[in-house]
Amino acid sequence: MKRILLAALLALSALSPAITPALAVQPDEVLQDPALESRARAISQELRCLVCQNQSIDDSNAPLARDLRLLVRDRLKAGDSDNKVMEFITDRYGDYVLLRPPFKATTLVLWIGPFAVLLLGAAGTFLFLRGRRGVAAGADTAPLSADERRRLDALLRKDD
Amino acid sequence: MRRLLYLLPFLLFIGVGVAFYLGFERDPRDIPSALIDKPAPTFDLPAIPGQPATGGLSSAKLEGDVTLVNVFASWCIPCKAEHPVITRLSREQGVTVYGINYKDKPEDALTWLSRNGNPYAAIGADQDGRVSIDWGVYGVPESYLIDRKGRIRYKHVGPLTPQVVEEQILPMVKHLRQG
Repeated sequence: MKRILLAALLALSALSPAITPALAVQPDEVLQDPALESRARAISQELRCLVCQNQSIDDSNAPLARDLRLLVRDRLKAGDSDNKVMEFITDRYGDYVLLRPPFKATTLVLWIGPFAVLLLGAAGTFLFLRGRRGVAAGADTAPLSADERRRLDALLRKDD
Repeated sequence: MRRLLYLLPFLLFIGVGVAFYLGFERDPRDIPSALIDKPAPTFDLPAIPGQPATGGLSSAKLEGDVTLVNVFASWCIPCKAEHPVITRLSREQGVTVYGINYKDKPEDALTWLSRNGNPYAAIGADQDGRVSIDWGVYGVPESYLIDRKGRIRYKHVGPLTPQVVEEQILPMVKHLRQG
Protein backbone atom coordinates (compact mmCIF):
# COMPACT_ATOMS: atom_id res chain seq x y z
CA MET A 1 0.00 0.00 0.00
CA LYS A 2 2.72 2.39 1.05
CA ARG A 3 4.60 1.64 -2.12
CA ILE A 4 1.62 2.39 -4.33
CA LEU A 5 1.08 5.67 -2.54
CA LEU A 6 4.72 6.58 -2.96
CA ALA A 7 4.62 5.72 -6.65
CA ALA A 8 1.49 7.81 -7.10
CA LEU A 9 3.12 10.75 -5.34
CA LEU A 10 6.23 10.45 -7.44
CA ALA A 11 4.21 10.31 -10.62
CA LEU A 12 2.27 13.38 -9.56
CA SER A 13 5.40 15.32 -8.70
CA ALA A 14 6.90 14.44 -12.07
CA LEU A 15 3.80 15.77 -13.77
CA SER A 16 3.42 18.91 -11.70
CA PRO A 17 5.61 21.25 -13.75
CA ALA A 18 3.45 20.41 -16.74
CA ILE A 19 0.13 20.83 -15.01
CA THR A 20 0.77 23.98 -12.96
CA PRO A 21 -0.07 27.02 -15.05
CA ALA A 22 2.06 30.17 -14.91
CA LEU A 23 0.37 31.85 -12.01
CA ALA A 24 2.35 35.07 -12.08
CA VAL A 25 1.21 36.32 -15.47
CA GLN A 26 -2.33 37.65 -14.99
CA PRO A 27 -4.93 37.29 -17.76
CA ASP A 28 -5.20 41.07 -18.13
CA GLU A 29 -1.50 41.28 -18.99
CA VAL A 30 -1.62 38.85 -21.89
CA LEU A 31 -1.29 40.40 -25.33
CA GLN A 32 -3.84 39.79 -28.07
CA ASP A 33 -1.22 38.82 -30.60
CA PRO A 34 0.03 35.31 -29.69
CA ALA A 35 3.35 35.79 -31.50
CA LEU A 36 4.05 38.97 -29.54
CA GLU A 37 2.91 37.32 -26.32
CA SER A 38 5.26 34.36 -26.77
CA ARG A 39 8.14 36.78 -27.38
CA ALA A 40 7.13 38.66 -24.24
CA ARG A 41 7.13 35.41 -22.25
CA ALA A 42 10.55 34.46 -23.59
CA ILE A 43 12.00 37.85 -22.66
CA SER A 44 10.36 37.82 -19.23
CA GLN A 45 11.96 34.46 -18.50
CA GLU A 46 15.40 35.97 -19.08
CA LEU A 47 14.88 38.90 -16.73
CA ARG A 48 15.49 38.70 -13.01
CA CYS A 49 12.91 40.01 -10.59
CA LEU A 50 14.74 42.61 -8.51
CA VAL A 51 12.56 42.10 -5.47
CA CYS A 52 12.78 38.30 -5.16
CA GLN A 53 16.12 38.04 -6.99
CA ASN A 54 16.11 34.33 -7.82
CA GLN A 55 12.93 34.32 -9.85
CA SER A 56 12.41 35.66 -13.32
CA ILE A 57 9.81 38.38 -13.71
CA ASP A 58 7.75 35.78 -15.56
CA ASP A 59 7.55 33.67 -12.37
CA SER A 60 7.28 36.40 -9.80
CA ASN A 61 4.18 37.80 -8.18
CA ALA A 62 5.95 40.95 -6.97
CA PRO A 63 4.26 44.19 -8.09
CA LEU A 64 7.49 45.42 -9.66
CA ALA A 65 7.75 42.20 -11.69
CA ARG A 66 4.25 42.82 -12.98
CA ASP A 67 5.16 46.40 -13.90
CA LEU A 68 8.21 45.15 -15.77
CA ARG A 69 6.16 42.50 -17.60
CA LEU A 70 3.74 45.19 -18.72
CA LEU A 71 6.66 47.38 -19.73
CA VAL A 72 8.18 44.57 -21.82
CA ARG A 73 4.82 44.09 -23.55
CA ASP A 74 4.46 47.84 -24.16
CA ARG A 75 7.90 47.98 -25.76
CA LEU A 76 7.06 44.99 -27.97
CA LYS A 77 3.79 46.57 -29.02
CA ALA A 78 5.70 49.74 -29.88
CA GLY A 79 7.70 47.59 -32.31
CA ASP A 80 10.96 47.07 -30.42
CA SER A 81 13.08 44.03 -31.23
CA ASP A 82 13.79 41.51 -28.44
CA ASN A 83 17.30 42.90 -28.03
CA LYS A 84 16.00 46.45 -27.87
CA VAL A 85 13.64 45.48 -25.06
CA MET A 86 16.43 43.77 -23.10
CA GLU A 87 18.59 46.84 -23.62
CA PHE A 88 15.79 49.07 -22.38
CA ILE A 89 15.66 47.15 -19.11
CA THR A 90 19.43 46.79 -18.63
CA ASP A 91 19.88 50.53 -19.26
CA ARG A 92 17.85 51.06 -16.11
CA TYR A 93 18.75 48.13 -13.91
CA GLY A 94 22.15 47.03 -15.21
CA ASP A 95 23.38 43.58 -16.23
CA TYR A 96 22.22 42.33 -12.87
CA VAL A 97 18.70 41.80 -14.23
CA LEU A 98 19.91 39.35 -16.84
CA LEU A 99 19.55 35.80 -15.54
CA ARG A 100 22.19 34.79 -18.08
CA PRO A 101 25.13 37.13 -17.53
CA PRO A 102 26.68 38.49 -20.75
CA PHE A 103 30.21 37.56 -21.77
CA LYS A 104 32.42 40.61 -21.27
CA ALA A 105 35.54 41.84 -19.49
CA THR A 106 33.92 42.15 -16.06
CA THR A 107 32.37 38.67 -16.24
CA LEU A 108 35.45 36.93 -17.63
CA VAL A 109 36.26 35.16 -14.35
CA LEU A 110 32.69 33.93 -14.14
CA TRP A 111 32.73 32.37 -17.60
CA ILE A 112 36.36 31.28 -17.90
CA GLY A 113 36.96 30.39 -14.23
CA PRO A 114 35.52 26.87 -14.16
CA PHE A 115 37.33 25.90 -17.36
CA ALA A 116 40.58 27.36 -16.04
CA VAL A 117 40.24 25.30 -12.84
CA LEU A 118 39.44 22.19 -14.87
CA LEU A 119 42.48 22.77 -17.06
CA LEU A 120 44.65 23.32 -14.01
CA GLY A 121 43.38 20.07 -12.51
CA ALA A 122 43.99 18.19 -15.75
CA ALA A 123 47.52 19.59 -16.00
CA GLY A 124 48.19 18.64 -12.37
CA THR A 125 46.88 15.10 -12.89
CA PHE A 126 48.92 14.71 -16.08
CA LEU A 127 52.13 15.83 -14.36
CA PHE A 128 51.45 13.59 -11.37
CA LEU A 129 50.74 10.52 -13.49
CA ARG A 130 53.75 11.11 -15.71
CA GLY A 131 55.93 11.41 -12.62
CA ARG A 132 54.60 8.10 -11.30
CA ARG A 133 55.11 6.31 -14.59
CA GLY A 134 58.72 7.50 -14.49
CA VAL A 135 59.13 5.74 -11.12
CA ALA A 136 57.47 2.58 -12.38
CA ALA A 137 59.71 2.49 -15.45
CA GLY A 138 62.66 2.17 -13.09
CA ALA A 139 64.13 5.64 -13.24
CA ASP A 140 64.83 5.53 -9.51
CA THR A 141 65.20 1.77 -8.96
CA ALA A 142 68.32 -0.27 -9.45
CA PRO A 143 68.13 -3.07 -12.07
CA LEU A 144 67.81 -6.65 -10.81
CA SER A 145 71.02 -8.32 -9.78
CA ALA A 146 71.95 -11.66 -11.43
CA ASP A 147 70.87 -13.53 -8.30
CA GLU A 148 67.46 -11.79 -8.19
CA ARG A 149 66.92 -12.47 -11.87
CA ARG A 150 67.57 -16.22 -11.32
CA ARG A 151 65.09 -16.36 -8.44
CA LEU A 152 62.47 -14.53 -10.43
CA ASP A 153 62.88 -16.90 -13.38
CA ALA A 154 62.56 -19.88 -11.02
CA LEU A 155 59.32 -18.50 -9.56
CA LEU A 156 57.85 -17.81 -12.97
CA ARG A 157 58.71 -21.30 -14.21
CA LYS A 158 57.00 -22.91 -11.21
CA ASP A 159 53.60 -21.77 -12.44
CA ASP A 160 53.77 -23.69 -15.68
CA MET B 1 59.75 23.61 -5.56
CA ARG B 2 57.88 20.37 -6.13
CA ARG B 3 56.37 20.48 -2.66
CA LEU B 4 55.16 24.00 -3.40
CA LEU B 5 53.36 22.66 -6.46
CA TYR B 6 51.46 20.19 -4.27
CA LEU B 7 50.51 23.05 -1.96
CA LEU B 8 49.04 25.02 -4.86
CA PRO B 9 45.53 23.46 -4.84
CA PHE B 10 45.33 23.99 -1.10
CA LEU B 11 46.33 27.64 -1.43
CA LEU B 12 43.82 28.09 -4.26
CA PHE B 13 41.16 26.58 -2.04
CA ILE B 14 42.02 28.99 0.77
CA GLY B 15 41.91 31.92 -1.67
CA VAL B 16 38.52 30.98 -3.07
CA GLY B 17 37.24 30.36 0.47
CA VAL B 18 38.33 33.83 1.60
CA ALA B 19 36.71 35.41 -1.50
CA PHE B 20 33.41 33.65 -0.80
CA TYR B 21 33.61 34.51 2.89
CA LEU B 22 34.01 38.19 2.06
CA GLY B 23 31.03 37.80 -0.25
CA PHE B 24 28.87 37.05 2.78
CA GLU B 25 29.56 40.56 4.05
CA ARG B 26 27.92 42.10 1.01
CA ASP B 27 24.24 42.88 1.10
CA PRO B 28 22.60 40.93 -1.73
CA ARG B 29 19.82 43.49 -1.86
CA ASP B 30 22.26 46.28 -2.67
CA ILE B 31 22.35 46.09 -6.44
CA PRO B 32 24.78 48.47 -8.11
CA SER B 33 22.92 51.16 -10.03
CA ALA B 34 23.32 51.23 -13.79
CA LEU B 35 22.70 54.97 -13.78
CA ILE B 36 25.59 56.29 -11.69
CA ASP B 37 27.30 59.21 -13.47
CA LYS B 38 24.60 59.22 -16.13
CA PRO B 39 22.04 62.00 -16.62
CA ALA B 40 18.89 61.55 -14.59
CA PRO B 41 16.05 60.23 -16.76
CA THR B 42 13.86 62.77 -18.50
CA PHE B 43 10.49 62.89 -16.82
CA ASP B 44 7.63 65.19 -15.92
CA LEU B 45 5.50 64.09 -12.99
CA PRO B 46 2.39 65.96 -11.83
CA ALA B 47 1.95 67.04 -8.24
CA ILE B 48 0.01 64.76 -5.91
CA PRO B 49 -3.64 65.54 -6.74
CA GLY B 50 -4.89 67.93 -4.06
CA GLN B 51 -1.46 69.38 -3.36
CA PRO B 52 -0.66 71.69 -6.28
CA ALA B 53 1.16 74.29 -4.15
CA THR B 54 4.73 73.12 -4.85
CA GLY B 55 3.99 71.85 -8.33
CA GLY B 56 5.10 68.49 -9.68
CA LEU B 57 8.62 67.30 -10.35
CA SER B 58 10.38 67.26 -13.70
CA SER B 59 13.97 66.68 -14.79
CA ALA B 60 14.35 70.44 -15.47
CA LYS B 61 14.08 71.13 -11.73
CA LEU B 62 17.04 68.90 -10.98
CA GLU B 63 19.55 71.14 -12.72
CA GLY B 64 21.33 74.07 -11.10
CA ASP B 65 22.04 72.86 -7.58
CA VAL B 66 23.02 69.61 -5.94
CA THR B 67 19.78 67.90 -4.95
CA LEU B 68 18.59 64.72 -3.34
CA VAL B 69 15.73 62.83 -4.94
CA ASN B 70 13.93 60.57 -2.49
CA VAL B 71 11.49 57.90 -3.61
CA PHE B 72 8.89 57.29 -0.90
CA ALA B 73 5.37 56.06 -0.25
CA SER B 74 2.92 56.31 2.62
CA TRP B 75 2.59 52.51 2.70
CA CYS B 76 6.32 52.02 3.16
CA ILE B 77 7.34 51.56 6.78
CA PRO B 78 11.10 52.28 6.38
CA CYS B 79 10.11 55.58 4.69
CA LYS B 80 8.59 56.69 7.94
CA ALA B 81 11.76 55.68 9.77
CA GLU B 82 13.96 57.78 7.47
CA HIS B 83 11.55 60.73 7.42
CA PRO B 84 13.19 62.61 10.34
CA VAL B 85 16.58 62.17 8.65
CA ILE B 86 15.25 63.57 5.37
CA THR B 87 13.59 66.42 7.25
CA ARG B 88 16.83 67.36 8.98
CA LEU B 89 18.72 67.15 5.68
CA SER B 90 16.28 69.57 4.10
CA ARG B 91 15.60 71.98 6.97
CA GLU B 92 18.91 72.07 8.84
CA GLN B 93 21.61 70.71 6.59
CA GLY B 94 20.70 72.83 3.58
CA VAL B 95 20.17 70.16 0.92
CA THR B 96 17.25 70.57 -1.46
CA VAL B 97 15.22 67.39 -1.30
CA TYR B 98 12.72 66.41 -3.97
CA GLY B 99 10.27 63.57 -3.58
CA ILE B 100 8.89 60.96 -5.92
CA ASN B 101 5.73 59.54 -4.42
CA TYR B 102 5.78 55.92 -5.58
CA LYS B 103 2.51 54.10 -6.33
CA ASP B 104 0.56 55.81 -3.62
CA LYS B 105 -3.06 56.81 -3.24
CA PRO B 106 -3.19 60.63 -3.30
CA GLU B 107 -5.29 60.88 -0.14
CA ASP B 108 -2.97 58.49 1.73
CA ALA B 109 0.08 60.44 0.62
CA LEU B 110 -1.45 63.77 1.69
CA THR B 111 -2.47 62.42 5.09
CA TRP B 112 1.00 60.98 5.56
CA LEU B 113 2.66 64.29 4.69
CA SER B 114 0.41 66.36 6.94
CA ARG B 115 1.01 63.95 9.81
CA ASN B 116 4.78 63.62 9.41
CA GLY B 117 5.64 66.97 7.88
CA ASN B 118 6.66 67.79 4.32
CA PRO B 119 10.39 68.40 3.86
CA TYR B 120 10.21 68.14 0.06
CA ALA B 121 10.75 71.21 -2.15
CA ALA B 122 8.47 69.52 -4.69
CA ILE B 123 6.89 66.11 -5.06
CA GLY B 124 6.06 64.25 -8.25
CA ALA B 125 3.33 61.63 -8.05
CA ASP B 126 4.36 58.45 -9.85
CA GLN B 127 1.15 56.50 -9.59
CA ASP B 128 1.88 53.75 -12.10
CA GLY B 129 5.58 53.53 -11.21
CA ARG B 130 6.80 53.98 -14.78
CA VAL B 131 9.06 56.94 -14.07
CA SER B 132 10.53 55.10 -11.10
CA ILE B 133 11.43 52.22 -13.42
CA ASP B 134 13.33 54.76 -15.53
CA TRP B 135 15.23 55.62 -12.36
CA GLY B 136 15.97 51.96 -11.71
CA VAL B 137 13.91 51.89 -8.53
CA TYR B 138 13.29 48.38 -7.21
CA GLY B 139 12.17 49.09 -3.68
CA VAL B 140 11.24 52.10 -1.63
CA PRO B 141 12.81 54.05 -0.09
CA GLU B 142 15.63 54.93 -2.45
CA SER B 143 17.60 58.15 -2.59
CA TYR B 144 19.64 59.64 -5.42
CA LEU B 145 22.14 62.50 -5.28
CA ILE B 146 21.99 64.67 -8.40
CA ASP B 147 24.82 67.03 -9.30
CA ARG B 148 24.40 70.53 -10.72
CA LYS B 149 24.31 69.27 -14.28
CA GLY B 150 21.48 66.90 -13.47
CA ARG B 151 23.56 63.72 -13.39
CA ILE B 152 22.98 60.92 -10.87
CA ARG B 153 26.10 60.63 -8.73
CA TYR B 154 25.14 58.43 -5.82
CA LYS B 155 22.36 56.05 -4.95
CA HIS B 156 21.29 54.72 -1.60
CA VAL B 157 18.85 51.83 -1.34
CA GLY B 158 16.85 51.57 1.86
CA PRO B 159 16.20 54.13 4.57
CA LEU B 160 18.72 56.93 5.02
CA THR B 161 20.30 56.87 8.45
CA PRO B 162 22.12 59.73 10.23
CA GLN B 163 25.31 57.73 9.69
CA VAL B 164 24.80 57.49 5.91
CA VAL B 165 24.05 61.22 5.79
CA GLU B 166 27.16 62.14 7.80
CA GLU B 167 29.54 59.76 6.09
CA GLN B 168 28.27 59.67 2.51
CA ILE B 169 25.67 62.26 1.59
CA LEU B 170 27.06 65.43 3.16
CA PRO B 171 30.71 64.94 2.04
CA MET B 172 29.43 64.11 -1.46
CA VAL B 173 27.19 67.21 -1.53
CA LYS B 174 30.13 69.37 -0.48
CA HIS B 175 32.35 67.82 -3.12
CA LEU B 176 29.72 68.18 -5.88
CA ARG B 177 29.02 71.82 -5.01
CA GLN B 178 32.69 72.61 -5.48
CA GLY B 179 33.00 70.71 -8.73
